[in-house]
Amino acid sequence: MAERPEDLNLPNAVITRIIKEALPDGVNVSKEARRAISQAASVFVLYATSCANNFAMKAKRKTLNAADVLAAMEEMEFERFLEPLREALEVYKKGKKEVSDQKRKEKEKKETDNDKSREEEDDEERMEEEPEAENDAEEEEVEN
Amino acid sequence: LSRDMSANTADKDNNVSTNKNISLPISRVRLIMKSSPDVSNINQEALFLTTKATELFVQYLAVSSFNNGSGKGSKSLSYSDLASTAEEKDTFHFLTDILPKKILAGDYLKTLEQIEDEEADI
Repeated sequence: MAERPEDLNLPNAVITRIIKEALPDGVNVSKEARRAISQAASVFVLYATSCANNFAMKAKRKTLNAADVLAAMEEMEFERFLEPLREALEVYKKGKKEVSDQKRKEKEKKETDNDKSREEEDDEERMEEEPEAENDAEEEEVEN
Repeated sequence: LSRDMSANTADKDNNVSTNKNISLPISRVRLIMKSSPDVSNINQEALFLTTKATELFVQYLAVSSFNNGSGKGSKSLSYSDLASTAEEKDTFHFLTDILPKKILAGDYLKTLEQIEDEEADI
C-alpha cells in the first residue's frame, strides 16, 4: 500500500517531540541526528514486526498479537520495554472497554429515549454487562 | 493511571486518555509493518504495542546516545553520537547499516594508502 517511500517514515514533528521530552531541558539535537533517529525508528518497527511475525508463524497463526510483539522485544534484547509495554496495554484495554461501554450506553440511551417508560436507573445494570463489550473489541481486531 | 474513575464519571475523557497514551500515529506504524512481505494480519493490541515500543525505542536511543556521546557538556546530540551508540551497544547493533560512522574523505584516503603500503611491504 505504501506507494511513496516517505510513507514509511514517521512524522518528524512527533519524533522530535519524543526526543525532546526524553532528554534534559535545553539539549540541542542536530537536524541530522533527528533524521537518523526517525529512520532508526522505522527500522525498529520493521525489525520488531519481523521478529513478532516469526513467533506468530511458529504458532501457525496468521495474525500478529500482543504476545508476539512482547516476545519480539525479548528476542531483540529490549526487555526493559516489557514492563512499560504491559502497563500501557492494560491501560489501553481498559480504555477500549470503557469506550465500547460508552458507545453501547449511548446506543442504548437512544433506544431508551425512544422508549419513554424507562428511567436512568438502568445505567448501573448496563455497566455489569462486560462480556459483551469484550466481544465488540475482538470483532474490531479481526477487521485488520 | 487513575483506577478510581467510577463508571459514571468515566465518560468523554476516555477517548482522550486512550489516545494520549501514545503520540505516534498508529496508521503510519501499521503501514510500515504491512510493508513487511510476510505479514498478513496485525491485531489492534499488537499494533498498539508496536507503536508504544517505537516511542520507548526513540527515547532510549536518544538518551543512550546523549549519555554516551561527546556532547554532554555542550548539551548537544549529534549524528556521530548516534553512530557510536549503534556501534558500541549490542541492542542497537541492528542500526549500524543505517547509522554508518562518518569519516573524512582525507582520512579514508590515508587509510587506503596505509593498507597499500602494508601490502607492498609484504
